[in-house]
Amino acid sequence: MRLRNSKHMSRNNKMFQIICNGIMFVLSACAIIPMLLLLISSFTDNDTLIRNGYSFLPEKISFYAYEYVFQSGNSIISAYGISVALTVIGTCSSLILTTLLAYALSKKDLPGKTILTFMVFFTMLFNGGLVPTYINYTRVFDLKNTFMALLIPGLLMNGFNVLLMKSYFVTGVPTEILEAAYIDGAKEFKTFYLVALPLAKPVVATIGLFAGIAYWNDWQNGYIYLTTRTDLYSVQNLLNRMIQNIQFLTQSGSSNTNASVGLSTIPSVSVQMAVAVIGILPIIVVYPFIQNSFVKGITLGGVKG
Amino acid sequence: MAETTGALGLTAAQVKSKKMKSLKRFIPIYVMALPGLVYLFINNYMPLPGLVLAFKNYNVKGGIWGSPWAGLSNFKYLFATQDAFIITRNTICYNLTFIVINTFCAIAVAIILSEITSKAKKFYQSAILLPHLISAVIISYLVYAFLSTENGFINNAILKPLGQEFISWYTEKKYWPFILVIVNIWKSVGYSCIIYLSTIVGFDKGYYEAAAIDGATKWQQITRITIPLLKPTIIMLVLMSVGRIFYSDFGLFYQVPRNSGALYSVTNTIDTYVYRGLLELGDITMSAAAGFYQSLVGFVLVLSANLFVRKIDRDSALF
Repeated sequence: MRLRNSKHMSRNNKMFQIICNGIMFVLSACAIIPMLLLLISSFTDNDTLIRNGYSFLPEKISFYAYEYVFQSGNSIISAYGISVALTVIGTCSSLILTTLLAYALSKKDLPGKTILTFMVFFTMLFNGGLVPTYINYTRVFDLKNTFMALLIPGLLMNGFNVLLMKSYFVTGVPTEILEAAYIDGAKEFKTFYLVALPLAKPVVATIGLFAGIAYWNDWQNGYIYLTTRTDLYSVQNLLNRMIQNIQFLTQSGSSNTNASVGLSTIPSVSVQMAVAVIGILPIIVVYPFIQNSFVKGITLGGVKG
Repeated sequence: MAETTGALGLTAAQVKSKKMKSLKRFIPIYVMALPGLVYLFINNYMPLPGLVLAFKNYNVKGGIWGSPWAGLSNFKYLFATQDAFIITRNTICYNLTFIVINTFCAIAVAIILSEITSKAKKFYQSAILLPHLISAVIISYLVYAFLSTENGFINNAILKPLGQEFISWYTEKKYWPFILVIVNIWKSVGYSCIIYLSTIVGFDKGYYEAAAIDGATKWQQITRITIPLLKPTIIMLVLMSVGRIFYSDFGLFYQVPRNSGALYSVTNTIDTYVYRGLLELGDITMSAAAGFYQSLVGFVLVLSANLFVRKIDRDSALF
């Protein structure tokens, strides 16, 4: 009797596993399919695209969009350079500011610690919003149309990451070890650099990752602060501009002959898709390596709000 | 022990000099904190006085302080327009819908993922998390590939073979509430299921073994064990999102509809309104008033959500 029951259960279990796998397979497909459409479209012949629309099974395949991007796409290559530089510089500066401040706030006996922690925390509750921030950065600091406008507003450091890292320093780096190192004659900064920082490696990696993704994906700073210096555009800004430009070209196409000539010589539709693919590419390439650390970071953050 | 006896043996002057010494010891730490604090001051505190703009008639020459006072007239104008109602309604209704659907899907996906024993589990999780890492600009391209009127996949590959008329997606309002909800789920379900999944993984396996011995089906185990155990996490995460209900995902509402004017009444949220007022229409006073309204109500909501969370579980609250 018991045996039959368990056999029944295991058959049930198998069925259950199949259903679960089926559902997740469909959901995974839904997550990836739009990106697949983008990728296939970038390899589709431009005329085929215009005639048949975006399709998973194009009639004619072409690499022309990529050739076009790499041959005549000076602005695309420079935008790529800006994005890479921005992400590297941004992530490093962000990590330096965040770890130093978090380490300082993790010192139990630091005079004025409560008030400093509150200052960091308050930024998570209340902010001035876009208008005062914009006026601050354009009128007081004159960041408009500079590389700094991509780097500084909003992204360099945030209170959430500081507090996340601070709680890691408090719980993950034992005070005894730090004190022992300090008594050994290492100065405060050396203790931080040689002892605390290596122990906090996992959280440093996670926050670096968050910062890196935020910088690579950011389009708002460029959109808001770069009005004339289009040479400072990141990949995201360039993509954004391409939406507007092509819309502009198609709108005025009938009355403006120049625009329609421009539109027919540039493989506009497939080039757009190719640039979008190039824009996602770095994320897809590093994704398998960063995924674990990313998931850990989300769980870590989830514990604290 | 040795420290206490040492402290007792010190004279007043020695105590004072020790205190000075310890303060001196903290100087490097303050130096380490300084760059971050300076940044927070510049990025988060310096703009705050600018909130006063909501009560001023801004002109470029006068700047923030030189412009004349306007009292509450900016707010009177703002709330006299249809806009104030529309942006508040859109922001709150979209967020509420997102919270309900997202929570439901995230829990369902987390439970299914936790039950899967095959190696494919890791692949599934990676696949559904990927959209979260893609920028709003590129998401707008992805959506455009499906919805473009002339070239879009839906018009060409689905509606055309069915003999249906093409739909001009970017000018038809009625579809957008659905499109935005779908795009939002696509983007965030992989992210929001992670916390639920990690909570479920932490549950005591003993409950499930005991239930299985008693003959409980999988469905019974899920509804009677997993969901009740998840309840505190669900309440916490929902409250946290409710606290942020006055803030919207600017990229989703601005980029995905491609800033199409015909859709404003269903895609305009407080964030997009403030942005357009400031940088497209040059209507800084309206923009400042709406921004002030968002900052203030948003602050009250975040505080209240936190007080609720604190009442339920002190450790999960932000403060």
